[in-house]
Amino acid sequence: MDYSQFGAMLPELIILGVFLLVFLYDTFGCDCSKKFLTPFTTVLFGLATVAIWLIPSYDEYIFGGMYVNDTACQAMKAILNVGVFIVFLQSAKWTESDEVAIRKGEFYELILVTLFGMYLMISARHFLLFVIGLESASLPLAALVAFNKKHYESHEAAAKYILTAVFSSAILMMGLSFVYAFSGGSLYFSDICSNIVNGRGTGLLVVALAFVLAGIGFKLSLVPFHLWTADVYQGAPTAITSYLSVISKGAAAFAFFVIFAQAFGTLYSEVWEWMMYAVIIATITVGNLFAIRQRNMKRFMAFSSISQAGYIMLGVMAGGIGLASMMYYIFVYIVSNLGAFAVISSIENNSGKLSMDDYTGLHKTNPWLSFAMTLAMFSLAGIPPFAGFFSKILIFTAVTSTGSTALYMLVLVALINTIISLYYYLLVVKAIWITPGESAIANYRSACSERIALWLCVAGIIFFGIVPFIYEYCVKAVIG
Amino acid sequence: MDLSILWYLVPSVIMFVAGVYGFVTRKNMIALLISLELMLNSADLNFVVFNRYLFPGSMEGMFFTLFAIAIAAAETAIAIAIIINIYRSVQNTDINVVNKMKF
Repeated sequence: MDYSQFGAMLPELIILGVFLLVFLYDTFGCDCSKKFLTPFTTVLFGLATVAIWLIPSYDEYIFGGMYVNDTACQAMKAILNVGVFIVFLQSAKWTESDEVAIRKGEFYELILVTLFGMYLMISARHFLLFVIGLESASLPLAALVAFNKKHYESHEAAAKYILTAVFSSAILMMGLSFVYAFSGGSLYFSDICSNIVNGRGTGLLVVALAFVLAGIGFKLSLVPFHLWTADVYQGAPTAITSYLSVISKGAAAFAFFVIFAQAFGTLYSEVWEWMMYAVIIATITVGNLFAIRQRNMKRFMAFSSISQAGYIMLGVMAGGIGLASMMYYIFVYIVSNLGAFAVISSIENNSGKLSMDDYTGLHKTNPWLSFAMTLAMFSLAGIPPFAGFFSKILIFTAVTSTGSTALYMLVLVALINTIISLYYYLLVVKAIWITPGESAIANYRSACSERIALWLCVAGIIFFGIVPFIYEYCVKAVIG
Repeated sequence: MDLSILWYLVPSVIMFVAGVYGFVTRKNMIALLISLELMLNSADLNFVVFNRYLFPGSMEGMFFTLFAIAIAAAETAIAIAIIINIYRSVQNTDINVVNKMKF
């Protein structure tokens, strides 16, 4: 075996290196060094993020074609890394709290392992490697959801998460076994693409693709596979909820695109095009309608993230330019959603308040948090001139540029839903600025790391749309 | 006697459907896990049978099954740990007890 191949998977090796260093530090560091674990991990991970943005990608297939790290995969990994860095910053205070401090090493290690699994998911060009990546991304997440050992909700959420995750991966594997029957004895995406047309017109092929779609749809919480989302988001610790809602979703969306474009691309118009129409319309609409009635902020963000997943999935319908706009959408979604979660977790850490009603009059006591939350909500709703507006417009134009009438109708449905979503996002803004009443949350100064995370998110929300650099970066990474 | 491929595929599909049925109807979390195991194993069986009958020249299905068994074991280990945690906090593993978060 040629060991020089490992040089081509540099991003994975970097994350593995960070994981090992954190693990060794956590295991063998003396007690007095434990309090530096959080800054150590954050700085180390920040350096890894910079390194992954800077290193060149090797556009060649290794391990017999199982793995490739082309420019698009590399760009997606760099985007995810920024998100994880912000999650680390906003959870730094929570990991120092009495209940968690003794186990904070595990928190960082498990997150790094799941990130490693997501890297494999993104780069896999063979279904075995993809399944291994998917499972090593989702199993440690169950342990993370159960992280708040003393809170009953955390256990309930973890049980719901692990049971639905295993159920979905069983369905995914069943679908893959049917795909394998048509694939000429190979699970490489390229071989499947050329051989699967043999099964054209059979019901088994439709079942196989529906099962694969359901399996990955669970990870993305597409409707009708979304029922775990709200409960798990509510019960999990807020740091994990923000991680679940952006990073895990972004990686799964990219992998979804790669699988359906590369392995099943030849069957687009006859098998899975209509499935995608149904799933996207249901996801956007149901997510929006259920978000309206939520008062708990974490449940609210859960349904908002379901409908955002529908918008992300629009990119799957549009080919190469769709992938570029999808990556841009995910990047903007990462900063907007993490901005909202940074405020939610900061308020939860300081006062334990999680309900939207408690946010009444927040602008009197905490104007800066109110300002950040407002910007995040505007960006998620897609109000110009914030980044969310540009990401929505770019993904809509990418989809309509294909010129098909059915896709125009799909974009019309998505547009109508954008207006519905404006209503519930502005409910939060209304509670903060307009609803009269005394604030339930006293004035406080948030921790330094939380402020850095918030400033990063606010800067992203304001500048990602106005500065064309990010979108050009995504287009260049995908199209070259 | 030569067995045709159907003699393996039909039991595998029955196993899968039994797993789904058990997952939907059973109330005990351990029983849910057993149902999930049935579903995972039926997928493994499918892979092996397709490999043996359709593509005897290659080994991809067998290898996928090997890895899938290991993954299923890891899943069960984590799920059992979480169920034990729930049992410690509510002294029960019935799923009707674990429904405090609902809307």
